[in-house]
Amino acid sequence: MSLPTALRVENLCKIFGRVAAVDHLSCEVRSGELIGIIGPNGSGKTTLVNLISGFVKPTSGRILYNGQDITRTAPHKIVCMGISRTFQMVRPFYRLPAYKNMIIPLYSPRVRQLAGGQYGDRNAVALDLLEEVGFERDAHVAYKPAGTLPQGYLKRLELAKAIALSPDLLILDELFSGLSLAEVASIVPVIEKLRLAGKTIIMIEHRLKELFRIADRIMVLNFGQKIAEGAAAEVMASEDVKKAYLGSEE
Amino acid sequence: MKKRRERIDRGIKARSEDVYALCSWREMLYLAGPRLLPAAAFLLLPLFLGVYWQKVMISVAVFALLAMSWDLLAQTGMISLGQALFFGMGAYVSGILNFYFGAPPWIAIPIATVLGGALCTLILLPVLRLRGIYFSMVTLIVPLMLVRIIEATKIFGGTEGLSGMTPLPSTLTEIYLATGVLLGVLFGLRRLMETDYGLVLKGIRDNDRSVTNAGINIYWFKTQALFISSTIGAFAGAFMTHVYMFVGMPVFALDYSILPIAAAVVGGGGTLAGATLGAVILVPLSEALRGIGGLRIVLYGLFLVVFIVAIPEGLFDYIQRKYHQMERWVEIDQ
Amino acid sequence: MFAGTIVFALINSFILILMAIGFNLTFGISGVANFAYGALYIMSAYMSWTMLNLLHLPFWASAVLSIGFTMISGALMYRFVLLRVRGQALSEVIATFGIGLAILELFRYLGLVGFEYTLPVFSNESFMIAGAYVDIQRIAIVLIGLLLVLGLWLFTHFTATGLAFRAIAQDERTALTFGIDSDWAATLSVSFGAGLAAIAATIIIPLGSIAPDEGYDVLIKALAICIIGGLGSTGGVIVAGFIVGFAERFTDTYIGSHWTMIVSLAAILLVLAIKPSGLFGRQKELEERI
Repeated sequence: MSLPTALRVENLCKIFGRVAAVDHLSCEVRSGELIGIIGPNGSGKTTLVNLISGFVKPTSGRILYNGQDITRTAPHKIVCMGISRTFQMVRPFYRLPAYKNMIIPLYSPRVRQLAGGQYGDRNAVALDLLEEVGFERDAHVAYKPAGTLPQGYLKRLELAKAIALSPDLLILDELFSGLSLAEVASIVPVIEKLRLAGKTIIMIEHRLKELFRIADRIMVLNFGQKIAEGAAAEVMASEDVKKAYLGSEE
Repeated sequence: MKKRRERIDRGIKARSEDVYALCSWREMLYLAGPRLLPAAAFLLLPLFLGVYWQKVMISVAVFALLAMSWDLLAQTGMISLGQALFFGMGAYVSGILNFYFGAPPWIAIPIATVLGGALCTLILLPVLRLRGIYFSMVTLIVPLMLVRIIEATKIFGGTEGLSGMTPLPSTLTEIYLATGVLLGVLFGLRRLMETDYGLVLKGIRDNDRSVTNAGINIYWFKTQALFISSTIGAFAGAFMTHVYMFVGMPVFALDYSILPIAAAVVGGGGTLAGATLGAVILVPLSEALRGIGGLRIVLYGLFLVVFIVAIPEGLFDYIQRKYHQMERWVEIDQ
Repeated sequence: MFAGTIVFALINSFILILMAIGFNLTFGISGVANFAYGALYIMSAYMSWTMLNLLHLPFWASAVLSIGFTMISGALMYRFVLLRVRGQALSEVIATFGIGLAILELFRYLGLVGFEYTLPVFSNESFMIAGAYVDIQRIAIVLIGLLLVLGLWLFTHFTATGLAFRAIAQDERTALTFGIDSDWAATLSVSFGAGLAAIAATIIIPLGSIAPDEGYDVLIKALAICIIGGLGSTGGVIVAGFIVGFAERFTDTYIGSHWTMIVSLAAILLVLAIKPSGLFGRQKELEERI
């Protein structure tokens, strides 16, 4: 592979009390790649995302982004370096219309910098971005208060908020969970488009079938450790993976 | 046949929401009336009032400023129990500038406003990193401790305080300075909170994690909000120093913390206009109730509890709703 | 003089711990910051005084009754006021603060201030310890302080209610799924906090007198100790109590009594600047709070 490494995690540990949520984990994500991270509940996937995005500080280990050490960097600075994430539990500003929810990411220093200081109408940009993720412009969904929208739209709003920051590395934490098949099908093209634009994407997923269709590579976590890595078929054939899934889900 | 109450917007509200409002005097009045009326009242009333009520009006303006300063912080998710800190800091800085350095009010007040605000921000800076009630706890105890320190160390006049400050030229100057700043702050802050900047501040209150995730440094924004708010409070204090021609320990008293909160809660938080309305109601009421002495503060305490539990949206919201909407009974069939 | 200072510093520390432990318990379990804490402290003292002097009950009976009534008031305050605004920090703070204010200012309005408003000491005898006369009351404060801390530890580690409290404190949602009624636990937590305030009042008030200002004072001290020690941490309260207790007493003896407040304020600002969540406080990391 000639692609440069976008993200490198070295020997990362996070201990909550007596439990190691992430246990001596090392991995690499190459630029422009779509990597899927799977694993049973409580295997440390979300903690890993929180560590990379800086919301939680690791007990030990290092995280390098484009060669730069971001282990102890504040979360907002990490975002401004080009890593943006979505949250598993979406908590929009319920009373505000959906498009107003987009204003805060659009207000960030990163967006202003990229726009070269001359930023036009944030509302218009917000509506454009929302249309991109499937808020039909004619139906005026974007003008409805976020609290009245169904889960599918809220997830898409969350995705739009992350895209608004024009990230180079996008981390999607269980974007598909709680969505119907049709809703997933409507989001997949958005992700495909981001890939074509050269973004690096990390997806944490429980919906394996949908994930395998789009991911280049899969990494499996269990008890905070990496137990398998590689192409989807090969990973699922691994004995460790079968054991981890059967052991925890049955 | 059962009935339920339905609220619908008045026609004129819908009509005046877009550019066509500018085509008719009626719609223009509908929009401008609620803004011009209080402004006109604040500017014209002093000319007709006696000296006593002029003083009350100054008091109203000062408490309205403190209440708005509280409301701005509350909208950013910081619940202050110590507006007296801002007030007292401004008062003492202005008093010291005037007493020891002979600075005239026109110089002392602006300096005290900015310096007092900066000092308060500096004191509270470490607390901004913490969520929840730490801010309330620290703001409650710092002014009360400062009083003890001034009392014990006898600095800046100790228990006696500093007196003989240069007064402002006339009562009318005092009133127009106070109401002018009040109106400026009221309309300025309301405008500010409607901008994208204001949206970020409110976002910090509702979900600071989401704001951080947008690449925004919430501590920096909280610091800015705190500075704006404490500057407003410090102005009120600095101004009162020259009205009373005195500054002393009472400026850190609990009254300056409680009445503003009561005003903001009674009027309705989150609107700034509610805070002003609350001060307009509570301060004269408090004057009228002077006879019952200490019982007033008991009443404030009860007001706080009753309003926060039963009418959390406050009076302003009620008035606004009545102005924009009408209610009617509609029949529903089972 | 040095040894005597240490003895009094120790006593002072226990007074502070007793004042803060109830506030801390309530917050630690249910996350309710009870700003009416100082008012409940004073209220229980006035109740004891009334029963003692107007109803002529024996001391122990009035103490027990007033502690019981204070606990009931705490529970009622939670049920009828706090429950309606639960989860909204702004409203909780303002509601408890308003209640405290109303109670204290009512007492002030009624004019119940003066030397006659105090509670009796257990005994007038005193001992000579390390070159200083120490009366029984102060020794009782230390002993009861120790007993309470020990009792609290046993309670939270070995009784069902105590374990439920700790479960709620750690993770309210998970506790709910195990069938722990969090409203009930929160009611009890406020009530127990009030009870601890009442116990503190019963044994500390005899050293001084009952006054509304004392209520604000107790609240300030409790908040200061909790900020320094770290909110919700019993160990933090004990350590902070000792730090502030010793610092105050030593400045009082060697520098001057009017510097004690400055020492406390400096301690708070220092702790906040260096470790904002307090010495033992764990400001939960983001994901743990979700």
